[in-house]
Amino acid sequence: MTAGAFRDEELLASVILRRLGDVRHVAVGAASPIPAIAALLARHLGGGRPFVSLLSSERHNFFTDGGRELFDCGGQGRIDAFFLSGGQIDGEANINLVAIGDYAKPKVRFPGSFGSAYLYYVVPRVILFRLEHSRRTLVPRVDFISAPGTSPPGVYRPGGPIALITNRCVFAFDRRRARFSLESLHPGHGLEEVLDNTGFDFDRPEMVPTTPAPAPEHLVLMREIVAPLLAEAYPQFAASVFGAGAPATPIAGE
Amino acid sequence: MSAVLRDLDEALAIIADGAMVVVPPEYGGVAMEATRALVRRGITGLHLVTLPASSLQADLLIGAGSVTTIETSAVSLGEFGPAPRFGAAVTAGSLRVLDATCPAIHAALQAAEKGVPFMPLRGLIGSDLVKVRPDWRVIDNPFASGPFASGGDPIVLLPAIRPDVALFHAPMADRAGNVWIGRRRELATMAHAAAKTIVTVERIHDGDLLASEASAAGVLPALYVEAVAVAPRGAWPLPLAGEYQRDEAHLAEYAALAATADGFQRYLERFVFGRKAA
Repeated sequence: MTAGAFRDEELLASVILRRLGDVRHVAVGAASPIPAIAALLARHLGGGRPFVSLLSSERHNFFTDGGRELFDCGGQGRIDAFFLSGGQIDGEANINLVAIGDYAKPKVRFPGSFGSAYLYYVVPRVILFRLEHSRRTLVPRVDFISAPGTSPPGVYRPGGPIALITNRCVFAFDRRRARFSLESLHPGHGLEEVLDNTGFDFDRPEMVPTTPAPAPEHLVLMREIVAPLLAEAYPQFAASVFGAGAPATPIAGE
Repeated sequence: MSAVLRDLDEALAIIADGAMVVVPPEYGGVAMEATRALVRRGITGLHLVTLPASSLQADLLIGAGSVTTIETSAVSLGEFGPAPRFGAAVTAGSLRVLDATCPAIHAALQAAEKGVPFMPLRGLIGSDLVKVRPDWRVIDNPFASGPFASGGDPIVLLPAIRPDVALFHAPMADRAGNVWIGRRRELATMAHAAAKTIVTVERIHDGDLLASEASAAGVLPALYVEAVAVAPRGAWPLPLAGEYQRDEAHLAEYAALAATADGFQRYLERFVFGRKAA
């Protein structure tokens, strides 16, 4: 990569880094390598803080009480930021990780809700990301609500979404109005393109800013410090994006 | 051989057709050699509970026709894509899915662990999971206070999950049947909740794992363990923490073959029926 040039993944990680803000503990799920770049970079820049839990990592995961500790930790308010995606996401930030079509006889089955139906409620800053920004994924109404974007008064809901990051743009989410607004367009992407490819209505300012490029010093750190760490938890991703090899440990079996 | 140490097929004889079996996630010590042995035996009608998600193990058992019901928060091959046999079975209507969310399965097993009938869990209100899980109940928090003192504050109650068998793979056990699980404490939860626990291990530790503080803290005591069988590389092609990593090339091959029913049969012939237990 030449100086000044950056990969899409690096741009998205820098967006997430800015969005994280001042946090004490960031947890990252098994399917979230780009948020993991942002979290590990934040930890490096902060000299070891925030705490970062990569759930698919042995090395960057300090939990010692089994798989439940993450959720118990979140339930107590000890996780400040988490990341979720969805096979479908709608304009009220409802997410669907279960199925397309009728639940009893679906057209397409997704893996399942994972921890979303809990962490979406209790983690204060949930950042949604979906790298296929299309009318297939960003829909008027999800077919199945794995977890709702907002909850009515009287329901315990200290957490929820703050933003949706796609391959084309960044949306901010207003929980009170249960509505997205277009915050910035990534370099090379336009408003008409976003309108054409988004299945839900959203607000937008008269002039939509361009998503700022990653800081050059952050790009260096992502490539030289973060990419090798990432290879342990997300070997396929690290190899395809950064060309970083998985640790050279003998492989079992035949 | 002591009563607890058995050969693999003998240990697995404890799992009857139709049993409810709880298994750990990919990173937690999956008994894959035992899973292949169960498929070779032609086990059927399993009610599989994944704590909380599963990858190759669930997909393989589903593709082989061994599973009638699965309670899970997700089945996915992770970086290798969707779980193809799971997806095919659900869209064909041949698999009953009890959709859950990760902490719900942890909590329901913790209820069984404590010997109480249910466990409450936050979140979930307004999720369609509550609609498709009629066995879950919603009540108003009887201890509501603060902003909720005047009423409301609905909360979900999850019935305890009491599996017949917990099945997992660990680095080692001693001859008394004490199993070293390290920090993978969900394996203890599974064993506490299940009526019987079957463990495959890389090796037998000559000595008493409870004798030192350093090892005892990571031990599942023999009290909970029905059978231990030695199965070297028993999690392959999945990883075992501190021992070996995922076999990336094999998982890519599985994902490619299992994309079709024919390809999956070829996988079974080559890697399950053509490969004897260690």
